[in-house]
This record gives sequence, C-alpha cells and structure tokens, in this order.
Amino acid sequence: MKHLLSAADLSYEDAILVLDTAKQLAAATEQGVGKLPPLRGRTVVNLFYEDSTRTRISFEAAAKRLSADVINFSAKGSSVSKGESLKDTALTLEAMGADAVVIRHNSSGAPHRLANAGWISGGVVNAGDGTHEHPTQALLDAFTLRNHLRNGEGDLRGVNVTIVGDILHSRVARSNVLLLNTLGAKVRLVAPPTLLPYGVEDWECEVSYDLDASLEGSDAVMMLRVQRERMNAAYFPNAHEYSSRYGLNLTRMNRLSESAIIMHPGPMNRGMEISADVADSQRSVIVEQVANGVSVRMAVLYLILGGSESM
Amino acid sequence: MTHDFEPQVHAILDSSDIARALTRLAHEIVERTQGATNLTLMGIPTRGTSLATRLGQKISEIQGSPVSVGAIDITMYRDDLRSRPARALLPTTIPPEGIEGRLVILVDDVLFSGRTIRAALDALSEHGRPELVQLAVLVDRGHRELPIRADYVGKNLPTSRAEKVQVNLIEHDGIDEVRIVRES
Amino acid sequence: MTSYVIKDVAILDGKPTDIVVKDGVIAEIGSGLAADQIVDGSGCVALPGLVDLHTHLREPGREDAETVLSGSRAAAMGGFTAVHAMANTNPVADTAGVVEQVWRLGQEAGLVDVRPVGAVTMGLEGTALAELGAMADSAAAVRVFSDDGKCVHDAALMRRALEYVKAFDGVVAQHAQEPRLTEGAQMNEGVISGKLGLAGWPAVAEEAIIARDVLLAHHVGSRLHVCHLSTAGSVEIIRWAKSRGINVTAEVTPHHLYFTDDVVESYDPIFKVNPPLRTKEDVAAVRAGLADGTINIVATDHAPHPSEDKDCEWTAAAFGMTGLESALSVVYETMVQTGLMNWAAVADRMSVAPAQIGRVTTQGQPIEVGSPANLVVFDPRANQLVDARKTVSASRNTPYAGRTLPGKVVATFYRGKPTVLNGELNA
Repeated sequence: MKHLLSAADLSYEDAILVLDTAKQLAAATEQGVGKLPPLRGRTVVNLFYEDSTRTRISFEAAAKRLSADVINFSAKGSSVSKGESLKDTALTLEAMGADAVVIRHNSSGAPHRLANAGWISGGVVNAGDGTHEHPTQALLDAFTLRNHLRNGEGDLRGVNVTIVGDILHSRVARSNVLLLNTLGAKVRLVAPPTLLPYGVEDWECEVSYDLDASLEGSDAVMMLRVQRERMNAAYFPNAHEYSSRYGLNLTRMNRLSESAIIMHPGPMNRGMEISADVADSQRSVIVEQVANGVSVRMAVLYLILGGSESM
Repeated sequence: MTHDFEPQVHAILDSSDIARALTRLAHEIVERTQGATNLTLMGIPTRGTSLATRLGQKISEIQGSPVSVGAIDITMYRDDLRSRPARALLPTTIPPEGIEGRLVILVDDVLFSGRTIRAALDALSEHGRPELVQLAVLVDRGHRELPIRADYVGKNLPTSRAEKVQVNLIEHDGIDEVRIVRES
Repeated sequence: MTSYVIKDVAILDGKPTDIVVKDGVIAEIGSGLAADQIVDGSGCVALPGLVDLHTHLREPGREDAETVLSGSRAAAMGGFTAVHAMANTNPVADTAGVVEQVWRLGQEAGLVDVRPVGAVTMGLEGTALAELGAMADSAAAVRVFSDDGKCVHDAALMRRALEYVKAFDGVVAQHAQEPRLTEGAQMNEGVISGKLGLAGWPAVAEEAIIARDVLLAHHVGSRLHVCHLSTAGSVEIIRWAKSRGINVTAEVTPHHLYFTDDVVESYDPIFKVNPPLRTKEDVAAVRAGLADGTINIVATDHAPHPSEDKDCEWTAAAFGMTGLESALSVVYETMVQTGLMNWAAVADRMSVAPAQIGRVTTQGQPIEVGSPANLVVFDPRANQLVDARKTVSASRNTPYAGRTLPGKVVATFYRGKPTVLNGELNA
C-alpha cells in the first residue's frame, strides 16, 4: 500500500497483514530487540497541525524503532503557524526528501489533498483528519480486541463491539466502524440523537439511543471522549445529564460479561463519558491500547516504506 | 499463442533420503559439538524451522537430553528489501535459554548465495552474543556470493543458476522431497 | 461599422437561414444574403445574446481574481451580452458611487452590458438598508438588489426591503441560507457528509428561507427573486408559490444541473461551492423545474478565486466556481441533449427571462429584424476539452477541468459588433 488515508483503504487481507505484522513487531519489542533495520535510510516526517503529543510520540517511536530518520513539524512556532499553506509546507518536505508524511490536521480531507494534489511523491499516513478518520487508531483497537478475544490470531468474526459517545464528531468512530466490519465484527453505536451523523442508518452497524439496553451481549465497549463544551451548542442539556444517560460507570460495567473489555482512545474525560473506577478497573485495556499503538504504527510504516515504492 | 514450456522437474531426494540425511546430520552435530549442553538450534523460517525441529528431536534421541530449538526470521535484515513491496514478517522464537553464550546452529533448507545466512547472523546479533555460530543445511547448491560456508550439509547439489531447487516438507507441502526445476 | 452575415444558421429550433447584422441591429433575415463579412453558421444555432443575472466580477477589491474587463471577456466567450455584477465587492456596492464605478468600468470594457447589482443592506451586514433609491436613480440604473454571499436573514428587514424596492420596480434577489443552520457548513448535509466528516449544509436551511420569503412577498405585494436554487424541496416551494399567484422568480446554476455531491469524496476544493452540490434527487428535480419553467432562468453565479484559495485543504478553501465560459455547453449537455428542453426554451431561460427580471430592455429580444444585434452562434457538434490553464477568466477554478463538454460558442455579437469570432475572442 502506498498511503493509509482511510480504514476503507484496507481490504480484509490488508488488515490481517497489518495485524500479523504488528504481532511480530510486538514480539520483537518484547524480546528486547532495540532497533530493527528495514527503514534505514528512509525519512519519515511527522506533520502535526493539531496538538497531540501522545500520537506524535507514538509515530516517532515507531519510525525510530525501524531505524528511520524522523523529522517533526508541529504547528506551534513553525512557519505553519505563521500561515504557510499546506501546499508550501508539502513542497518543502518534498525538497527535504520525505519518504513518508504522517499528518494530523483539523481539516477533514487534508491527508487526501496531500496524497493526491501532486505536491509530494512519498506515502501519506493519516494520523487523524478533522472529524473524518483515524485509521491507525482503528488498527490498534482491532489489534487489542484480537489479543483479548481471539488469542491474537485471525479476524474478529463474531465479536460484538459497542461504541458510545460523540459519534458525530468522532474520527475514531468512523474508522472503527469501517475496519471492524472488514474484520467481521458487529458494531453497535450508542449516542443521543444529536450526536449521531445524518445518514448513520446507512452505516454498517446498529444504532441505539439507549446505553443500558446496548450493553447486553457486548464483548467490548469503546467509550469516546465527549467534550463538555458541546452543551453550549445544545447537543445535550448539561454534563450531568449526559453522563447519567451515556456515561460508563461501575454499575453499568458490572452488568457486562466476565470477559468483556473496556476501551477508550484517549484522552479521557473522567467523570463525563467514563468514571474513574471504570477507567482504572481490571477490564480496562486503555493503557494497553497505547502500547499497541506503537507496534501497529510500526507495522503500517514497515508495510508502506519497508519494501520497494508501492504498487 | 501458447508455449508448451513444461519446466523439467526431477526429484533428487525422496522422503527416505531426507530422513537419512537428517539422521546423519544429527550424528555429525553430536560428534562435532562433543555433547555440548549449551546447544541451541535456530531454524530460518519457513522450512528451516521444521528442519530445526526434526533435527532437534533426533539429536535429543541420540543424546538422551532435550535440545533447545527456536526460529529466527530474517525478513527485515535482507539486503534486497527495496526490490519488492514489503514482505510479510515470519515468527521469531527465542527459546527460554536464550542465545547468549550458547552454541547456536542455524538451520536452513537450501544454501545458495549465502545472503540469507548473512541476514540471519545480523538478526541473531540483536538477541545476544552466542559463543559460537555454525550452520546446518539440508542442501548446498553452490553459487555463493558471500564468504559463507555450511558446517553440516545434508546433500551437495551442483546446480546451474537457471535451475531452482525446491524443498518440500510434510509440515508445509504434504510430502518430503527435494526437486530440481529447470525452466526451459 | 462593418456589417456581417451569418450564413445557414438555425434560429433556435428553426431551419437554417441567413442573418444580416448591420449598424447595431438585425437588418435582414432570409436566404442568399450578403454583407461585408461572412460568418459561417452552418450546423450552428443562433440564440439571443445570453443574459446572466448573477455574476461576480470582483472589482473593486479583488482584482487578483477577476476584473470587470477580464470578466467581460469571459462572459463574451461564453456567449453572454449582458451580466449583472453582484455587490459583494470591496468596498461593497451599497452606494451610488460604487455602482456607478462598476457601470463605468463595464462601459470602458465595452464587451457586454455590465449591470451592477446593489446590496440590500449596508456593508452586507444585514442590519440597515443600503441606499437602494440612490442606486436605482444613478447612472447604473440598478434594478436588482442582493446581499448575495450572505442571506438577508432578518425577517423584518427582508420585509422592508421587499416593500421599498416597489417604488422603482426593483427586485430583491435572495441568497437563501439560514445562517444558524449552516454555521461552519462545508458541503451538502447527507450520507456523504456524514461519511467524509465535513460539516453539513442542510437543504432545509435554503428551503426555510424561501418559504418565508415567498409568503412575505405575497403579503406585501412585491416581486421576489431566488438566487441559485439547489434542492428538490425549494423547487416544490416555488411551484406552490407560483400556483398561488405569488410573484416569485428563481434561478439555477449550470453546476447544480450537472454535479452531485459524491464528487466531494475526492476532497478536491474545486467542488466547494455555496449552495453546495446536492444529491441526484435534487439534480433531477431542478432539471425538471427548469424544463417546466418553475425555475425561470439559468444564472451562472460565476465566482472566480485565485489559485491559493483552492489549492489547499477543503475547509480552508473558498466557496465558488467559475461558470461564464462553460454555461451554454453545460445547459446544452444537461437539458437539450437529454431532451428536457429545446433551443427556444434555452433562449428563454438564458436570455429572454433574465433580461425581463433585470428590466434590461435592449437584451433578450427575439431574433427578428429591428432587434438590437445581441446574438450568440453556437456549434453543438464541436466538443471542448476544458483546460483550466486556458480560461479567459483571470481565474482557473472551473469544476469542468479535464472534462469534455459538448458544443462551442463560435461567435458572439454585442450591439452589432463581434466580441467573439471563429471561436476566439475578438477584443
């Protein structure tokens, strides 16, 4: 694959390949191998227009562990914040010899422009674009689900995943709905009507406004971050009503089956969509998701840059 | 227009030949390592790992004690990474005893240019420093491109570059045999 | 002045004939006619010069995108002999001074009638009426008033404007977009916007304003014009209003006849426009509405933008597409080739009716002896590969770039002088 712009770019075979590759890379890390050589001589640029230390560090670690050279371009204090256009920044990166650009941007579709406008020749990895997609998040979520529920092998056929929160504004939700379906899982979305996108009935998933009814039969519950400020645009009356109707608290968590896991892409709004007890409970795999992020991003970078320039 | 290019195939070793070769290799290894107790066999995936497992079994029958067996994937250490799109990674399994200070014998099915073995040496070095590294192969077909040689060879098979040596093993291909395929 | 004879040209849907243009008027129509210069019209169609009720010429203020001169040239190239220049310039055309400036620039260019549109409110701010009367009385003789770019969303203010312009037979042309329902909107609100993660511009934001405005117009006895109508619901509301005898007219752009919102999946900002590209049901409805006359006219909403405003990510890009040069070909492809309209209907929607709405007496006249010689000769058999680098407009943001459009303007006559001859600008 040349670019990873959307989870929809991955066929079933591609997705399994990424997960299997991530598994081998995670094993290598566990075996104490420091650096792996396949990206030696390649330059990966992290182009982060949105503040996101966690994801940027994850990509940086992934690239460095594969022996790539990493250049970080973040919005603050660079020519980017002085109003340089995406095009001019891209042309500069091309001149600097970027083999791949990992881009996080607040404008949906910015990675598509970068990949298709003819400004750069390298691969583009979408690290989150506006409210559109975050494909590596969906991959690390699938990797985590597979490790816990399918013994780290194969696909996610028969796994029931419930995603709760601000679906309307969530790029994590969009990527997950696409990828989970590709891998054979069943997805259920839960949110108040105001936080569901127009046309969500056409998506490959069930939709519900009722969290309590939806927990039944869930193998995994993925909580999405909900910003308190959304109440100022009348998406819900106040934070208290939101969390009492849609928050995952201990009572709700205890109704899940023994083996069900709790996930969150972070950063969490403790007390809003997820209570502190739940976040810190045994069932929560939130910290593990972060670790898996590095292996999965290593897999993506390896598959994009570890061979000949792609088909 | 169709070409009737039937590649000429002929079997060089059948299953009993292979079994005999492996038995002989096992005996050679026991003899030359003088019954060392820090022996670790590391197979190179895919077929090298099955051979390493079989060898390990035979050695442990001969010695009367279990032999440590693992696998070392060389995909990321190849020197021709950029010639094809990124290849799928294969499993690396380091046995509990590790390789540090051990007598490591790399096991592979065919020794040809020697580049695979060079990559295996690099991969191995990430996991520790063996006391000694040796190489056992089922078939040595010549045409080395690097200064690499095998310590234990099942069969020496002089071949031409145009030929391809195909090793089939029950674990992967349902049958044990070694064939030479000549494209005409 | 040189006289011209256009030979063997079909006047609308008629049989081939000759037309003599002399001293600024159509002098003769018949066969075997002669004049100083021959224009070969064989295989072509002659239409009255096109009249655009909705163009952005960007001057004063954004001459980097277009000027009255470059826009006039683009208009002539597209077969237009009159354009109405929208008021959202810098400074805004909300006083007699600015509209007279634009009018004068049009005269100097001398390629099309440039009819300045006056703003409805001062500075387009939507709070106080602009000098509507002064603009009407000025040399520019403004009759069409619009805050286009923005909606006159305050109901009380819209009512006042509708009432006030009656004094000089003016018309308010509304850009229907309820601002509170379209904050931050990027594309049509639909299945595709949900999938692409782009904020939606719902159809109801257009329809709700149109519904309100037709009722207001009815209540105060005014005429109303609706700009760039884009949804099936809007067509229904106009149809209903007309059935009640309400004096409302409506326009549709060529791009809303041609594109659906799935082209946005490429995230290419060339397709970003306001109102946005809609669904295929909407496109079918506006085509049917134009065919049956519910939608009175085609207006281009020609919106030039410099390349840096389109060569970027979607949310940073400006809204708008150029349209003067491609309009007739697009209408030909979407309405004539599909059998929905004949040439007479095209002439009505693109020349006669817009001239009437804008009260432009010298335009939109029938092609007959004595009429002012404002004509376009169109060859339907030619095809054009649209090349963005070769636009006559100063801007390159045409959504048809790389596509082949049918037909080509072979000649345009403005007051008897050819502004386009042999398919090339003659100015």
